[in-house]
Amino acid sequence: MALISAKNISKDYAVGDVVVQALQNVTFDIAPASFVAFIGPSGSGKSTILNLIGCLDKPSAGTLTVADTDVAALDRKESAAFRGRHLGFIFQDFNLIPVLTVYENIEYPLIMVQNVPEAERRERICRVLEAVDMADQADKYPQQISGGQKQRVAVARALVTNPALVLADEPTANLDSQTAYAVINLMKRMRDERQTTFIFSTHDQKIVGEVEVLYRLVDGRLDNGPETNEKPKGGPAHA
Amino acid sequence: MLKLFKIAIRNLIRYRRRTLMTASLITIGVVFVLVFVSIAGSFKAMMIGQVTDSMLGHLQLHRKGYVASIDTLPLNLNLKAPACQKISALLDASPQIEAYSPRLKFGGMFSNFTETTNIRLNGVYPDREFRTVPLLTDRIVEGKKTLARGEIIIPILLAKGLKVKVADSVVVVATNADGSVNGKQFIVSGIMESATGPGGRDGYIHIEDAAEVLRISETEVSEVAVRLKDFNRLAAVAGDLNGKLSGEVNKAGQPLFEVHTWEQLSPFFTIARMIDVMTFFIRIMLIAIVLISIMNVMIMAVYERIREIGTIAAIGTLPGKILSMFVIEGFCLGVVGAVLGALVGGALIGIVNLIGFRYNFGQQKGILMRASIEPLEIVVVSVIVIIVAVAASLQPAFKASRMDPIEALRHV
Repeated sequence: MALISAKNISKDYAVGDVVVQALQNVTFDIAPASFVAFIGPSGSGKSTILNLIGCLDKPSAGTLTVADTDVAALDRKESAAFRGRHLGFIFQDFNLIPVLTVYENIEYPLIMVQNVPEAERRERICRVLEAVDMADQADKYPQQISGGQKQRVAVARALVTNPALVLADEPTANLDSQTAYAVINLMKRMRDERQTTFIFSTHDQKIVGEVEVLYRLVDGRLDNGPETNEKPKGGPAHA
Repeated sequence: MLKLFKIAIRNLIRYRRRTLMTASLITIGVVFVLVFVSIAGSFKAMMIGQVTDSMLGHLQLHRKGYVASIDTLPLNLNLKAPACQKISALLDASPQIEAYSPRLKFGGMFSNFTETTNIRLNGVYPDREFRTVPLLTDRIVEGKKTLARGEIIIPILLAKGLKVKVADSVVVVATNADGSVNGKQFIVSGIMESATGPGGRDGYIHIEDAAEVLRISETEVSEVAVRLKDFNRLAAVAGDLNGKLSGEVNKAGQPLFEVHTWEQLSPFFTIARMIDVMTFFIRIMLIAIVLISIMNVMIMAVYERIREIGTIAAIGTLPGKILSMFVIEGFCLGVVGAVLGALVGGALIGIVNLIGFRYNFGQQKGILMRASIEPLEIVVVSVIVIIVAVAASLQPAFKASRMDPIEALRHV
């Protein structure tokens, strides 16, 4: 059964008097534990798809089901609660909270979103910190660590709530090649270990080469169906 | 909740200079209000104290119509013996009354045998008068601080004008109720400084001497000055006395007595009210300072952290928590400003008292300023500041909580 099911979804934006069609009749299914990317040029609609799946926006038409929930029917508060329960986010600019340490950044969704008890919180944070190899940096602030480390912390923050799905918008755009591959490998490993679905919006060839399923978007439409990458599932990415 | 406070405090520290400037502004506002309230309050208390404790008493009882004609000190509106007994019985029975003093007031001529001038005199029982208006003796700048039969205490302006000294013989002549004139010789036992306000330039003689001058054989008084145990219960006691005396009516069914508090007898009540109004507006200014500075700083904080707001909203932080996060920042700023303001304000009040500023109040010179403030007043000012700080944060916080995560994440 699909984790995400989109049927003929469209998204229109009004820019002044002009209506811009960001997505037109897009249909796709994404299975659990997938490693998927939406690619395309700027303005093709890939970020819009991520926003819709991430309950940050609603489709103008069509139906979109994420984790058995019709996300278009959720109100603002329900959407926030849904995101906190089921989704993790990774951003191009890492978006860590600058006044919190690495540990506290990862702790944030557990305490502010999911209200996890302290003992369990500590255990989960330590586990995820070990997994992303950042345990020794736990007390540092974001401005004291490198870009690659920041993105590893962002991955840890996204995974610590055990989400079904992580949405990553250009997660490697601000990283050098070596660091980018390290982060991709980390995400793959996390997918393998936790069966978390990763969906990328990107035009970074490093990610394109590593995902298992690829959707190409052109002018808001899916160009053909999903493309399957030949790379063996679970294999490490190469620099 | 603790986590929200931790984030708020760290964000305040993150923008250290701005936080410091805003907290300083609030602190200065609180200090200004506390110092003003303490000085204005002590001035008001001093003024009321001078008016009530050296002349008027806390309240007075008169025969109906006497106060309306008080400029002429009408002898025909004096309280007669039965009325005096009723009033004495009433006041003796009241647990709120500390002391009361019957006064026989009249206007007359004062002569040093070479010159003559007008004088207003109070005939009093000295012990009872000094207990009712305890600061009266402080006004006696020369001579004895007592008064016996055949003695007179005269105001300093009169003494200077007529070159009269302590122990000099003088004559008081007055018109009696029946229109005849009578005189009596007195020895000047004391010279008292004038006080600002009605009765501030009156002289004092024994009430029995006053009755003798006026040829009054039975007990008769013009007014009864009353001192309460608790000044703060003035309105309640006055109301109570009014209630009890309202039943006393003349044959025409009109009330026999009137009760007047010092507020109705002295023009300084208007000044006291003006001080209250000024204090009120000073508080409004403080509220405006806190409101504008906190709102300004919180609008800036929201604007500068739009992407952060987008991030925390995207990862599932509920709008209420985002709102709380910013409101707590405003709250913390308010608390810091209020606490610092209270500490600095308290220290400044102490310094003012240590320096010992002196000022003049009407005829009274060199009164020592004793700035003081009730702890409750400090708490009230601090609570106002904190409530206003929270209120000022609400609009920016609400804006942050309603922000569209997509727009916020796109913000550069």
